[in-house]
This record gives sequence, C-alpha cells and structure tokens, in this order.
Amino acid sequence: MSGVPYERVKLARDNGRPTGLDYIKNIFNGFIEFHGDRRFADDPAVVGGIARLNNQPVTVIAIEKGHTAKERAYRNFGAPHPEGYRKALRLMKQAEKFGRPVICFIDTSGAYCGIGAEERGQVQAIAENLMEMSTLCVPVISILIGEGGSGGALALAVADRVWMLKNAVYSVISPEGCASILWKDSAKAEEAAASLKLTAEDAKSLGVIERILSENEMGKKDFYDRIRGLLTEEFNELSKDPDLIGKRYDRFRHIGAHAVVKE
Amino acid sequence: MALINFLKPKNQLEEGGRTAAPVQQDAGEPEKKCPNCHKDIPISRLWANDLVCPCGHHFRMKARQRIKMIADKKSFHELYSEMKSGNPLHFPGYKDKVETVRVASGEEEAVICGTAKIGEEMCCLFVMESYFMMGSMGSAVGEKITSLFEYATEHRLPVIGFTVSGGARMQEGLLSLMQMAKTSAAVKRHSDAGLLYIAVLTDPTTGGVTASFAMEADIILAEPGATVGFAGARVIEQTTKKSLPTGFQKSEFVLEHGFIDGIVSRSDQKKLLTELLSMHNGG
Repeated sequence: MSGVPYERVKLARDNGRPTGLDYIKNIFNGFIEFHGDRRFADDPAVVGGIARLNNQPVTVIAIEKGHTAKERAYRNFGAPHPEGYRKALRLMKQAEKFGRPVICFIDTSGAYCGIGAEERGQVQAIAENLMEMSTLCVPVISILIGEGGSGGALALAVADRVWMLKNAVYSVISPEGCASILWKDSAKAEEAAASLKLTAEDAKSLGVIERILSENEMGKKDFYDRIRGLLTEEFNELSKDPDLIGKRYDRFRHIGAHAVVKE
Repeated sequence: MALINFLKPKNQLEEGGRTAAPVQQDAGEPEKKCPNCHKDIPISRLWANDLVCPCGHHFRMKARQRIKMIADKKSFHELYSEMKSGNPLHFPGYKDKVETVRVASGEEEAVICGTAKIGEEMCCLFVMESYFMMGSMGSAVGEKITSLFEYATEHRLPVIGFTVSGGARMQEGLLSLMQMAKTSAAVKRHSDAGLLYIAVLTDPTTGGVTASFAMEADIILAEPGATVGFAGARVIEQTTKKSLPTGFQKSEFVLEHGFIDGIVSRSDQKKLLTELLSMHNGG
C-alpha cells in the first residue's frame, strides 16, 4: 500500500521513476545544456541550462540520478558536490540577469558526503544558495520528483512555489540515518519514516509545499503536458507579483510557526 | 585608535554564574583529563582560564559562561527567552527528551539570544548551547535566530554569533530543515542592509547549522581544534570507504581550504571582536 510512509521512500528511490533529464526533455523545448561552476569543475549530478516553456525562455536545473548502472555512477547517484550547487547558483544568477523564470527538479538522497566535498566547502555552497535564492528577482518553482534529501535538496528549493510528486519524499534525514542515530538500529527505518512526516501529504499539511502532483500516467505524454500546463499557469501568476521577494521571505518565515511555544 | 586600548583584564568569572561546571565534581581536588595532552588538569585551573587547557585545548563551554566571557559586565539583555520548541510532529520520545535536557542544562532551548555590549560596542549576540541536544536546530532555535537578525536589521546593529551544533533537530523533521532557509533569508536581509555579521564557530559546528547561518557571516572565525563541517566523519568514512586525512574538518583544515577568516583562541576573542566591531563602527 502506497500510504505507508516507508513504502513511499522505496517508491521515491525507485530506479524506474523519471529522472530530472526526463522532465527537462519532455516538458520543455530546445533544451541547451550549460556546464560548469566556473570555479573548479562540472558536476554531472546537477544538470542545467535554458529551454523554452511553450515559447518563453526559462532556466531549468535538475539533480540527475541517471537510469542505468553506468549513468548512475556517472551522476554520482544524484548526490551533488559543491560544484553542482555552485553551477546551479551561477545559472540562477544568469536567469536573474536575463529575466527568466527558474525551474528546479530535485531528486537526491542528499548532498555528497565525501572528502573532496568537505574540502571544497559543501556547507558554504549550500549556505550561499539558501541566502541568494531568498532574494532572487525572478520567479522560482521547485519540484521534488523523487528523494528530497535534507540540505542537499533545500539548496535548490528556496522557491516561490514548491511542489512534490505524489510519491516523492522530503526529509531532514534519511529514515535509516534517523533510526541509526536515535535508536541505534537502522532496521527501524520504517518507524522513523512514519515519525519524520516525510510524505507529500505530510509536507503539504505542514505548509512546506503548495501542491501535490498526481503520478497518473507518470512518464507518459499526458503526465508531462499536465506539469507543463501547471508551470505555465503558475509563472503567469508569479510574474505579475510586484512583491515576489517579500512573499518568498514570508513563505519561509511563517512555515511551522505553530511549532514554537511562547510561554 | 590603538588595539592596546581595547585590552581588558581577562574575565575572571568571579560572579559564579547560574550554570554549573560541565563536569561532575567529586570530593577532593576535581580534575579533568585533557583529550589533547592527556594530563589531568584541576577544574579550578580550567575555570580560571576560560576552560582552556595549558596545552591550548579548548574544552566545550556553556553558553551563559561564554556570554559572561564575551559581553561587557551586566550589558547582556536576553531576548526571546519565551520561545521554546513544542513537539509539532508528535515525534516519539521527543517531549520527554526535551524535558530531561531542560532540567539537566538549566536552559530552555539550544540558543541564547540578546543584545550586549562588547568592549562598549553595542551588538546583537547569539550563543548556541552544546549542553542542549548538542545545539541542534529545531523551530525555536530557527525562530530565535531569525528574530534576532530581524531585530538587528531594524535597529541597525551588528550580529555576533557563536555556533555549536550537531545539525538540524531531526525530531522536528521538515520543520527543522526549513529553519535553514528561514535563518538564511534573515541573514541576507541583514547583510543587504549593510550590517556586519561575525560568526565564531566552536566545537562542533556541523550539519544544517554550518550549511546555513554559520557559513553566511561577513567574517567567519573559529576556535582552535573545532570540528567544522557538513557530514560526520564516520558517515564520510562509510560513504567513501577511505581513511580521512589528518586533521580533517578541524578549524585549521577549514582555514587552509579557504572557508574561514581566522582561528582565534578564547583568550583573544573579546579583544578581536571589539576591534572588529569598532572598525565597522557599530555595523
């Protein structure tokens, strides 16, 4: 049953799901990929560039996991290095310069935990994205299409609208990690998944996302057409808003206000 | 103005303080083993030296003791002490855990915020508390820090922040994750208003706190030997199946890689912060 949170985690991680590039290729026209963070390297775990949404030029960024074993290894299983976040920020700043809306597709178990990633400032890269995205002058929509793993996902999700696929998950820590830290037993991941409230329905009821996207016909033309329609409609609304940055600030400012007790 | 003018007598902690020493006191002369030089150091000697071992090792320090060390006498006015985390996800065991920690630490949350004077310079000050769930960031921590940056922006004050954190507080799930975005947006507004923010990273500053406001300061300092990073060393070893370089994630390592401005021992912190505040003319 897909209602059980840990089942959702498994579905979100399923190799058969469409990946970031599938969304880019099927929703937009004429995608032109841009590479590199202009500082150190090009991170294949993050794909970005420009394309047309109907006729309008937009900047698209996606965390890409790949499908085959070879692709997945090349994409580092969708775990970005700092260069991935820096490339994303570079492309967002470029979008701002040319007045293009930004769409981010997110699918990662988390930012990569490695020696090089630490040496080259994974924390600094994520922190900078969080800061800079909060005042980006163009509309941003982020869609969690599979795994939304903690700060590594949030670093592309400081957006005006955040949407989730029905079986995507969004969490501060993996259920296995949580179970291992709290109960010294990663086998209790199921229990942790339920406690963490990481499903799309949970995220919506917590006010963390605005919309849950149905997975009917997932990967088929109708599925992508539907998302294209929603994006077009939403960007039309957002582009009319004279106080985009103020509202984005308030969006994050008030999430979980009820979680703080004043006594 | 010469730096020497800012030299002040070292804080003697003569007021005693409301917080207990972070070690059990036995009968006789209590001692604490230094993990660096492996010598047993009398507690009284450590306390007289701001919990720094003669070998230079910096022991963890309670937040209120640190405030006493850094802020001018009687200048600290606490803000937002009424803000506490509830249990928004009804996470199993969280409420009891928080209660136990509150009693043991004498604190209500993992950060203390307020206004203070440092060497006569007015500023907003936040100090995170390692003795409260290892400084983990839940909704209340995020709310207090965000509110402090908003206060500082409104009153055009610089912010000084001492960080210590194991990361986001997982018992608050996504709501704790969102604190990273919320605090970052508030830091950005403060920064865009042309105001100064100095972070001092203490041991350990890791996870979601490092990946948000700890790394967003204009000037980032760290205590000697502090662990500063994203993922825990064990997680990295398991992920990469590689042994870690010597000194990995220590503040000296992070300095060498270009992510902090400097390392400053406890005994020099007040003098340096005073000078930095003065050079920015109160923000």
